[in-house]
Amino acid sequence: MIEYIIAKYNYWGYILLMMIGFYAMIGKKNLVKKLLGMNVFQWAIILFYVSIASKKGGATIPIVMGAHGHYEPAQAIQFLNPLPHCLMLTAIVVGVSTTGVALALIIMIHRRYKTVEEDEILESLEAFKK
Amino acid sequence: MIEYLENIIIRTLCRFLIPFIQLFGLYVIAHGHGSPGGGFQGGCILAASFILILVTFDLAEAKRRFSEKLNNFFNSFGVFIYAWTGWMCLLLGGNYLDYGKLSQILPVDPVKARYFGIFSIEVGVGITVMAVMVSIFHDLITGGKHEEVSE
Amino acid sequence: MKILAFIATLMTGALLIYATVDFPDWGDPNSPASLHVSPRYIEKTIEETAVPNMVTALLADYRGYDTNFEETVILTAGISVIMLLRRPRK
Repeated sequence: MIEYIIAKYNYWGYILLMMIGFYAMIGKKNLVKKLLGMNVFQWAIILFYVSIASKKGGATIPIVMGAHGHYEPAQAIQFLNPLPHCLMLTAIVVGVSTTGVALALIIMIHRRYKTVEEDEILESLEAFKK
Repeated sequence: MIEYLENIIIRTLCRFLIPFIQLFGLYVIAHGHGSPGGGFQGGCILAASFILILVTFDLAEAKRRFSEKLNNFFNSFGVFIYAWTGWMCLLLGGNYLDYGKLSQILPVDPVKARYFGIFSIEVGVGITVMAVMVSIFHDLITGGKHEEVSE
Repeated sequence: MKILAFIATLMTGALLIYATVDFPDWGDPNSPASLHVSPRYIEKTIEETAVPNMVTALLADYRGYDTNFEETVILTAGISVIMLLRRPRK
């Protein structure tokens, strides 16, 4: 049982962070708090992918040292897996762009309805009036 | 007078620090091949130096240093550099973004030509990321209006 | 409303933890993420491109198309914020 927990506790930690962001997205009424919940959810997924890339047994960062002089050919067991790092750079940048556009939309909603709470906005929409 | 004396420590310190932050951002872009770094990381550090001007001084000073027309130009100039590198490889007889064919115009062998192709697209990515971060921050802070932001 | 959201969060978390039973261990060198195309990238980076940093060579040379369109995503976000918020000067 103890070996099972030690082998997988990184996945459980990131699932806890994901569920904190998920509760903020569906359980809060303020629009800015929902947006911050989405941001926490995104960062939990990015960290989860980066933690898959590690290797035990003395693997080091994926940069070949001494490459401009005499170096020995790189072996796959000595270095970390660089592929999830490369994919998550794209994911970070997409997250930043989404947060920027969402903040601009919240400013426009505040100008039109004078409030940022979700239930007050739903009351003043014409489609929901009986 | 009182308001000017409140901010004088922060303003003097930031006026001293901003060129060094920009130098560090250019270092991170240029040494992306040998140490952790690259285009995206260096572009964000360069953008942080321009955002620091807006935070410590006022909007008129920030617009004097980095005007809106220059910002709109740099937005799309970086993507143009990236696509121009790929297009040159297409014209010289290879696939799109096949940097080995750049050895016909640069005086190096095909393996080293890939090195220079990677460097040129990192510069393009850095310029676009810097300009877009500064542009989004200016728009969100002032709300689109171009008058003075209240202190 | 908040009680309902809390119960939904707990159930989703329990389902996700149940799904990690057959994941590979943390730091396993034989996990499927490190086996198929990644050893080829590690061994051939220095002799095909002369760049020691494997992440930069992957991002800019082997996967250059992804980076091209991802830069277009950044530009589109900048353009959409300009279109939403800027008002024309009188």
